[in-house]
Amino acid sequence: MSKRLEGKVALITGGTSGIGAAAVRRLASEGAKVAFTGSNAEAAAALCAETGASFHPHRVQNADAWPVLMEELHKLYGRLDIAFANAGMEAGDSNIEEIDVNNWNNIIAVNQTGVMLTVQHAMRAMKKNPEGSGGSIIVNSSMNANRAMGNFLAYSVTKTAVCAIVKSSAIHCALTGTKIRVNAVLPGVVETAMITNLINQQEDPVATRKAYESMSPMRRMAKVEEIAGLVAFLASDEAAFISGAEYVIDGATTAGTMGV
Amino acid sequence: MKRLEGRVALVTGGLRGIGIATVERLLEEGAEVIIADLKAPDDADVQAVLKQLGQASSYLQLNVTDEAQWEAAAASVRRDFGRLDILVNNAGIDGIGPVETMPFETWRRVMAVNSDALFLGTKHCTVLMSETGKKTRGGASIINISSIMGIVGWIEASPYNASKGAARLFTKATALEFARKGMGIRVNSVHPGFVRTPLLQEGFDRAAEMNTASTAQELLSTLDQMTPLGRVAEPSEIAATIAFLASDDASYMTGSELVVDGGWTAQ
Repeated sequence: MSKRLEGKVALITGGTSGIGAAAVRRLASEGAKVAFTGSNAEAAAALCAETGASFHPHRVQNADAWPVLMEELHKLYGRLDIAFANAGMEAGDSNIEEIDVNNWNNIIAVNQTGVMLTVQHAMRAMKKNPEGSGGSIIVNSSMNANRAMGNFLAYSVTKTAVCAIVKSSAIHCALTGTKIRVNAVLPGVVETAMITNLINQQEDPVATRKAYESMSPMRRMAKVEEIAGLVAFLASDEAAFISGAEYVIDGATTAGTMGV
Repeated sequence: MKRLEGRVALVTGGLRGIGIATVERLLEEGAEVIIADLKAPDDADVQAVLKQLGQASSYLQLNVTDEAQWEAAAASVRRDFGRLDILVNNAGIDGIGPVETMPFETWRRVMAVNSDALFLGTKHCTVLMSETGKKTRGGASIINISSIMGIVGWIEASPYNASKGAARLFTKATALEFARKGMGIRVNSVHPGFVRTPLLQEGFDRAAEMNTASTAQELLSTLDQMTPLGRVAEPSEIAATIAFLASDDASYMTGSELVVDGGWTAQ
């Protein structure tokens, strides 16, 4: 693996599993020093041992915990170049008729407020970099930002909302000359533990798996490493002219209409 | 960085601007690159470029609007290389002016180069690319160079807008078609904002002639200021995105549109 990210420091939220863990591995393999957050200490310890990354127990939706985390990172690394706002959830989501307002609030808190806080605090840290303001922030949205799901109301809403956070933040950075780029990635169905568990909970897991695989005309789900490859590209100086963009990575799932 | 070792690429409009930057980048990553452009093989410019780029590059004279020439090009790539991993449909021209006075010929010319050529190139390279892509981890990769003007409108650029919009959706249609058939070819579009290229400079020179109020230099500074990141792009920055799409790192990306515009369309 090339060392495009040598000398850079990265923060990844929700890094203990799935796309987040793959991003920890990928950014570390490209030479970045990586800090990641989450709540599964056991999984985190193994990932730290494997990659040399540092783990910081933290919940993105907890506004009061952010200054504490950022102070900790500042002491450890002294700078921040890359932030991947990845933490997300869909537990308790439902359709418009049935969704419970507490579940709605929880999903909004993590997927939307959590992303806003991540971008906000990452940007404040990046502005204080020793050689001057600069960095790359990547937000994990979803192809469902462009195609809402009937049975996942809150998830669909928040994944659309974070695209507006990305664009507004990118424009803010441009207007204030901070040299911080902000972009979104919009994955299709990715074979994560979250999806695998969801599949296994269904009455007919085989049929459900096939249904997920068939959403893309490639007839497979994405691997977490494939999303991490795009995140690494956007994190690197290769993407120096890319800001305010939404990069769909969904094996052409949303390139056509449903049923294609 | 040798992500493209053993791969063969064809870049149309490869002699200048984003094209030559892409050729240079793909060569750096280890690919063998065929430069396709209008000039004759013995043209001094062609010879100079080949000499500078070295042995992994070669030249193919190709008018991208001519179907017979595409057929011959695909046959020669098969004969000389036996594979085609990467096709960058980059050749493009602009066409500006008010609709009511624009010669129909201008419209047809822009549509032919920017839009018809994608159909012809894709049509005639697909068989070889599919054979190649099925044997490669990330598949073969077609990269169509559209523009932010394939997404948003621009005053007095109607044929350019229409042709680049066609490129955007031709990309999605072929991405779906090839994925569904398991052909092993990914298709994506790249949408540069304003890039410091000869095409941009020529456009500005013409605009300055038509509108005495501005010089080409003033127009360029205005564009720098209007771009959220505060400057226009260098061709190498577009080439970096093209190289990403060409590589196995983009193995799940097909039917996507990658905007590289310094935040222009986000504002």
